[in-house]
Amino acid sequence: MNIIEKLKNSNLKGRSGSGFPTGLKWELVKNEKADKKYIICNASEGEPGNSKDGFILKKYPEILIEGIKIALATIDHSVAYIYLRKDYYQKFKKPLEKLIGKLPITLFKKQGGYLSGEETTILNVIEGKRAEPRIKPPFPTQSGLFGCPTLVNNVETFYQVAKILKGEYKNTKFYSISGDVKHPGVYELSESWDIGQILKETRNWPNFDFFVQAGGGASGEILLSSELNQPIKGIAAIIVYNLKETNPSHLMKTWAEFFLKENCDKCVPCREGVFRISEMLKAGKIDKALLDDLFFVLRETSLCPLGKSVVTPFESLLRKVYKI
Amino acid sequence: MKSQKSIYISINGKKLKTEEGKSILEVAQNAGIEIPSLCFHPDLEVKAVCRMCVVEIKGKRGLFTACSTKAEDGMEVMTDSLEIRRARKVNLELIFSQHREECPDCIWSFNCQLFKLAREYNVKITRFADRKTNYPLFQFGPAINFDSSKCIDCRNCVEACEKYAVGFLEIKEKGHMFQVVPAKSQKKDCIYCGQCIVHCPVGAFEAVGEFEEIEKPLKEKDKIVIFQFAPAIRSSIGEEFGLPYGKVVTGKLVAGLRALGAHKVFDVSVGADFTTTEETNEVIEKAKKQKGLSSVLCFSSCCPSWVKFVEFYYPEFIPNISTTRPPHIILGGLIKTYFAKKENIDPKKIIVVSIMPCTAKKYEIERQELKIDGLKPVDYVLTTRELAFLFIKHKIDLKKIKPEKPDSPLGVPSGAGVIYGASGGVMESALRTIYKKLTNKRLTKIDFKQVRGQEGIKKAEIEIGGKKIKVAIANGMQNAKKILEELKINPRAYNFVEVMACPGGCIGGGGQPVPANSKIRKERAAALYQIDSKKDQRVAHENPIVKKLYKDYLTDKKTIEAICHTKYSQKKKGKNKIIKN
Repeated sequence: MNIIEKLKNSNLKGRSGSGFPTGLKWELVKNEKADKKYIICNASEGEPGNSKDGFILKKYPEILIEGIKIALATIDHSVAYIYLRKDYYQKFKKPLEKLIGKLPITLFKKQGGYLSGEETTILNVIEGKRAEPRIKPPFPTQSGLFGCPTLVNNVETFYQVAKILKGEYKNTKFYSISGDVKHPGVYELSESWDIGQILKETRNWPNFDFFVQAGGGASGEILLSSELNQPIKGIAAIIVYNLKETNPSHLMKTWAEFFLKENCDKCVPCREGVFRISEMLKAGKIDKALLDDLFFVLRETSLCPLGKSVVTPFESLLRKVYKI
Repeated sequence: MKSQKSIYISINGKKLKTEEGKSILEVAQNAGIEIPSLCFHPDLEVKAVCRMCVVEIKGKRGLFTACSTKAEDGMEVMTDSLEIRRARKVNLELIFSQHREECPDCIWSFNCQLFKLAREYNVKITRFADRKTNYPLFQFGPAINFDSSKCIDCRNCVEACEKYAVGFLEIKEKGHMFQVVPAKSQKKDCIYCGQCIVHCPVGAFEAVGEFEEIEKPLKEKDKIVIFQFAPAIRSSIGEEFGLPYGKVVTGKLVAGLRALGAHKVFDVSVGADFTTTEETNEVIEKAKKQKGLSSVLCFSSCCPSWVKFVEFYYPEFIPNISTTRPPHIILGGLIKTYFAKKENIDPKKIIVVSIMPCTAKKYEIERQELKIDGLKPVDYVLTTRELAFLFIKHKIDLKKIKPEKPDSPLGVPSGAGVIYGASGGVMESALRTIYKKLTNKRLTKIDFKQVRGQEGIKKAEIEIGGKKIKVAIANGMQNAKKILEELKINPRAYNFVEVMACPGGCIGGGGQPVPANSKIRKERAAALYQIDSKKDQRVAHENPIVKKLYKDYLTDKKTIEAICHTKYSQKKKGKNKIIKN
């Protein structure tokens, strides 16, 4: 059985949060005809509450490099980049270089903020262009870095690929747990467990009324404690909030501030929509009809996934906690 | 070119044939189906940032931007639905929240897309308070205004400036929001070409004085106000009055200017005949001093943006710019000297107003070295758009007005003078004259078709009297840069180089009507070549007026120098100011 079949059989899905089947992505890049192809390992996690890339870089760098090595061997004419968040670059440059040796893997220091972790934005950044997302199609698998077919996978995805090929893959996932908990940290646990079980197993289930934000500390969905009998969607980050002690308005302000700072200001709904949400929160008056309109254009007409993802936390918090 | 596969798509139930690779928006536009779009401009890359052109595709969830979605065989597109209308309405309201309205004084006053869409989608323009009220108004030199409080962040100007000019406009982050600003670097300066103006969908850019100062020349009391109009105006100004693209309106233009109260109306194309004559004299002189024509390297000098570009970015090439003055400067000079004397008028009492397709000409007339006896050859420059606005204000309708002839004795240009308005026209005029002067032969083929057309760079080898001369024609500074870089390595690569800043030459100028794109520019240029082909007199130096003046007036070197030549110098960054904050 070849590598791509093995990946397909494992049902491994990309661990960046988008959940694209890894085997299929590798196959798409492999089947493209080109003299040069690129592999990019995305190690630029930028969303609050998410720290699994850093955890793997620190604890299992050799498994990560092994995963990239497999990609280099599977995809012809390829060279690789590891695209690292600035602090990760500083911290892990030396150990990674040692492991890389003479392999065609280049370490690249991330420029810009959160959005610079989006896959098409990474391409622009490495090419020295403005940190903005590209219009898809073409998808990076067809025309990515410098116009060549490009495989972009998350740190954890490469880690799991290496595990699969070693026959050690146990359908696990790296969960980042933070917030009002006793034992914050990164845990490698079964991907089929529901959120409640994960909190319990890690001895993090609170003994007070709470809600969680699941899937990232900015774009994640708000779930009440009664809704935790489901596995996590997107990035496996769980942030726990004490219901009584959390000021929801303050929480929304921090999200708005985050998106305002991190978006690229390219498309109208995200640039102006986020600005208007932020202004509304500053004024302290929630206009439901207006919010609905802004959410609608953000969700339906944003250029890239960031804009579309803005809606989820606000909408779920307002509905479930504010009950509007 | 690869032959494209034919495909069929339907838009709103209408079946349409098209080719693979076309976007839904292109297919719709070709079929006359309107899809609103603000950031889309056929000259520029698809950016898909205004999110106005959203449509639905049968079988697919969500909304898709028509500009960035390729048509696929069998695709069924819907351009209207409740969802689409809601998305467009809200996005429009957000766009209006950035755009401070200044409607009566805007280059889009009469055909504003935003306003039209606001009505169609029942938009509450004031739903949000303007975000950019405190954004600055910039002025670049004496030529361009950028009111950043009108900007809707489509970034067309940034791309146009990069593509056609010098990358002077940049995107900078201030307090979490990106905005368009002029470059702070001392190594970058605006060349005033105005391509930002014609590529901005909402009028954030305009020429200095547009439109608040257009009446100024008419208010010059006790003065004799003389208007002169550039070659490229005659085939573009009609657009502002609903006439078809490329419609020639020379006579109507003259009549309109007279109706405004012009004492005299002159055609700058006559000035172009003088420019060609003098420029070729200069080249022949140079050739004599050096080792013949094939050792000469001479750049055209009638595009002020190009001249400033060399003076600022490539000063080492200053000695190669022809010292001959641009047509309207020569004609203005002749008006204030020869004509004034002949008519017995005090030149101080004459006001010369040039109607130009150009914003950089506003800068050019301020160049002190052009003065003759302390007088500026040209006192005011109005762009094509400004003149059209002036006509409309004075209830002069070019569609209805009866054509009249321009004034002699400086009245009738050769065909070569008219094609100055298109890229390659200056070169062709020069080639006709130089061929005749050097060979004394009749031109069997007067058309130099190899130098015509809209391409960014054109190169040709022309045989004149058994000698081959190499010519290059560029439009847009990025193309000019390539020629200059080539010349740095091989100074003998070319003998004559013509450069115009604007796409297609002056017909695509920064002072021309909007919208403008390659199709429109093509029509405007074709009209000028039509005029030329119908003329009996098609060679500049054979124009009887040119001959007469060289016999009667331009007889000594001093007079010729004073009226027809100028000098250049290395330029530092010009004055770019912030008018309000």
